[in-house]
Amino acid sequence: MNSRPLIFERSVDGRVGHLIDRFEESVEMQIPASFLREEDPNLPEVSEPDVARHYTELSTLNYGVDTGFYPLGSCTMKYNPKVNEDVASLPAFSEIHPYQPIETVQGTMEMMYDLSLLLSEITGMDEVSLQPAAGAHGELAGIMMIRAYHESKGDFNRTKIIVPDSAHGTNPATASVAGLDIIEVKSNENGEVDIESLKAVLDDSIAGLMLTNPNTLGLFETQIEEIAALVHDIGGLLYYDGANMNAIMGQTRPGDMGFDVVHLNLHKTFSTPHGGGGPGSGPVGVKSKLIEFLPKPVLVKKDNGSFDFDYDRPKSIGRMKSYYGNVGVLVKAYTYIKTMGANGLKKASEIAVLNANYMQARLKEHYKLPIDRICKHEFVLAGTGDPLSQVSTLDIAKRLLDYGYHPPTIYFPLIVDSALMIEPTETESHETIDEFVETMIQIREEIRVSPDKLKSAPVNTSIGRVDETAAARNPILRWKK
Amino acid sequence: MFPYMPITEQEEKSMLGTIGLDSVSDLFSDIPENLRLNRRLDFDDTMSEYAVKKHVGQLGNKNTTTNELVSFLGAGTYDHYIPSIVPHITGRSEFYTAYTPYQPEISQGTLQCIFEYQTMVCELTAMEATNASMYDGASSTAEAAMIATEGKRGNVVFVSASVHPEVIEVVSTYMKYRGVKVEIVPVKDGVTDFTSLEAMISKECAAVIVQTPNYFGNLEKLEPIAELAKANKALSIVNTDPMSLALIKPPGECGFDIAVGDAQGFGNAMNFGGPHIGFMAVTKKLMRKLPGRVVGETEDTEGRKAYVLTLQAREQHIRREKAASNICSNQAINALAVTVYLSAMGRKGLKTVAEESHVRAAYLRKKLLETGQFEAPHTQPFFKEFVLKSNIEVSKLLETLRGSGILGGLDLSTASSDSKDHILICVTEKRTKAELDAYVQVVEGLR
Repeated sequence: MNSRPLIFERSVDGRVGHLIDRFEESVEMQIPASFLREEDPNLPEVSEPDVARHYTELSTLNYGVDTGFYPLGSCTMKYNPKVNEDVASLPAFSEIHPYQPIETVQGTMEMMYDLSLLLSEITGMDEVSLQPAAGAHGELAGIMMIRAYHESKGDFNRTKIIVPDSAHGTNPATASVAGLDIIEVKSNENGEVDIESLKAVLDDSIAGLMLTNPNTLGLFETQIEEIAALVHDIGGLLYYDGANMNAIMGQTRPGDMGFDVVHLNLHKTFSTPHGGGGPGSGPVGVKSKLIEFLPKPVLVKKDNGSFDFDYDRPKSIGRMKSYYGNVGVLVKAYTYIKTMGANGLKKASEIAVLNANYMQARLKEHYKLPIDRICKHEFVLAGTGDPLSQVSTLDIAKRLLDYGYHPPTIYFPLIVDSALMIEPTETESHETIDEFVETMIQIREEIRVSPDKLKSAPVNTSIGRVDETAAARNPILRWKK
Repeated sequence: MFPYMPITEQEEKSMLGTIGLDSVSDLFSDIPENLRLNRRLDFDDTMSEYAVKKHVGQLGNKNTTTNELVSFLGAGTYDHYIPSIVPHITGRSEFYTAYTPYQPEISQGTLQCIFEYQTMVCELTAMEATNASMYDGASSTAEAAMIATEGKRGNVVFVSASVHPEVIEVVSTYMKYRGVKVEIVPVKDGVTDFTSLEAMISKECAAVIVQTPNYFGNLEKLEPIAELAKANKALSIVNTDPMSLALIKPPGECGFDIAVGDAQGFGNAMNFGGPHIGFMAVTKKLMRKLPGRVVGETEDTEGRKAYVLTLQAREQHIRREKAASNICSNQAINALAVTVYLSAMGRKGLKTVAEESHVRAAYLRKKLLETGQFEAPHTQPFFKEFVLKSNIEVSKLLETLRGSGILGGLDLSTASSDSKDHILICVTEKRTKAELDAYVQVVEGLR
């Protein structure tokens, strides 16, 4: 059965979707036949209206922040202001070639320089590079800088990095890509790093510690000062995963907590859209002792007030990406920070935390809350206990689809059994939050009286549950005629 | 009140009541006293949308765009025309405000688009499998080198000096921290020196990385390179401008294991270098080594065709430190732009864009050589970019062209010891005959 054809299946020989001017003079093709392909790539032949209808129809099968509530923990699915999209698509920013003479791009350079100062102030770091293309890319740059720092001191022995068991998957993956071995430390009963477990693994083979604060349970690591002192005492550095920065803007700063390197996800905290998976942007900030290791080139302001790229950075980890950063994303984040201002960003964190605590307070009566204390911008429920044992967390998520919501993040963090990780953000109304809470309560009642409703969910979506096992066992990754 | 935050002061009070707290500051009581900022962040407060738009617009006005200057710059970022249909589709918020499609039941739009994108990339490259996109061409090349050096293969990757220097830099950054050596293969006559590569290669070699059309615009002979790599049990990796693949024999037909590159030229704005879109396509054998998101076809419970993220056992959120890569976010909306662009262009249209770029480049090259102000440092087949050696200092030439509103190309003088006064010129289908003739005229005026 094929209700929605692929664009290839709409192809009709001879149709065109776009006209291209032909060159006035006749010029011979100068590529020898041995270099040419014999068969054209099989791209569709469709008209422009075909393209418009096809992709418009596909868009209606999607769910975005503009469609409805998206309490996807760890992802900060806040509203994406429209003005950001408008300014980023101005030709003044978008129709610029990266190798234009530097004096023709001073506007973009100034915007980026200002943005890096704003992000330094928000995080309490001494300098920020906007080069990394996404959070994980910023993490990688950060971990490489930690390695470069130790090696610059002639210390090649630090081959391990500490990652708590509650960490985002990118943390250990990044450290591994950067050539480090991972030492996992346990969380304690309060959901925080267990100090004794940490002490047990600290020695001079440790390059540093990667931490998210608030952590992935949405809880502030209250012993962060002690943790920082312990890691610094053995010569290690502290890496801050900025995925949860939306909780603390204007309240406290990673730089003040003792972190040496920070990455930010502009597509989370700073409202740039996720685009169905990207592009993101992952600026990385450092304390002064690490500035010389920042990825090159480094954006600098010269004495005459103009902006330039500095390539003369002999201790730099090197280049992470072609050109310099996801500039189109940077314009959006800059616009957002200017719009919100210092007071607005502080308020955003306050309301994000208020909304999360309000939901937590209401839902803990109905679902198991493993650690009951003030949370930050998100909280984690366990999908266990009577009557939840009748169903799985996945079933709850799928039932939420029937009620028109994007479900929370599920089965993460790994340290909570059958986790449901809920992050409302600050851009939701009281009504939306209450309606979601009521729906969650209703679902709990459904689990008691009619668990099959959950097991067969979703029924109100364009397709039902899909066979993921078959997809992975016999992968079909492309269409063939 | 703030326009993006609906909670009113009154609602704030009642919500605090439900939580059992008196004030918003109680929500932050878990932050140790001496870590609290206790001052306002040191920048301006809220601005109206109008004021911000004006401010950012004024910054933009300090730029001079490629609308105002006629650009002959290329080197990995290309000024191809973007049909209006592309931004109209990518501007639909159902697409751009969605997250990674973890919930297939409400993400069939994004998932089917990625499946179509994957099909198009496989068609262009003649490879068997591809992923949902990567950050850019440079990082996808580095990720390809990671595949090649993972596990028990050799400890050196060979990169041709004809690969874009920034790509070489990114590969070197990634490899440095994995203890892998990067050896540069010299260039002869504007292409990879095959004799040197043959002499250098050994069983230690994990991968050979080349680029075609290469940094100088020239087409590399791919088949012998793939064979040589294979004979040494190394992977062959090629970075390619996918626009060229409308005409040029694709990597899959030349025996390459991995094709990577940047598809910015397919419907994505130049954006001062980002966001662009990296791609990676591999043989069937390497399918399960692909980094990042991959979409596969399957069925739902009713037997209806459906698309889903698949092969997730490779990925960081499942495998953590054992993952194939740490990539998480990709460039999905840019991949959508590629898909819509290639649909609008179609089989014939894309070939026309490639041909038009080539013949216009050939015309300009011929006319410039006829002025007597240039020499051709090499005479390899090229696609839409070519290198000329200027008889007058390149910086002076470019400045004069700028005076006539022309960005004449990229000065390669500092690229290597023998590239003094070399200039890399790129011509796309957007450049009219009048614009090409204007370039020639300025050069003739320098005589």
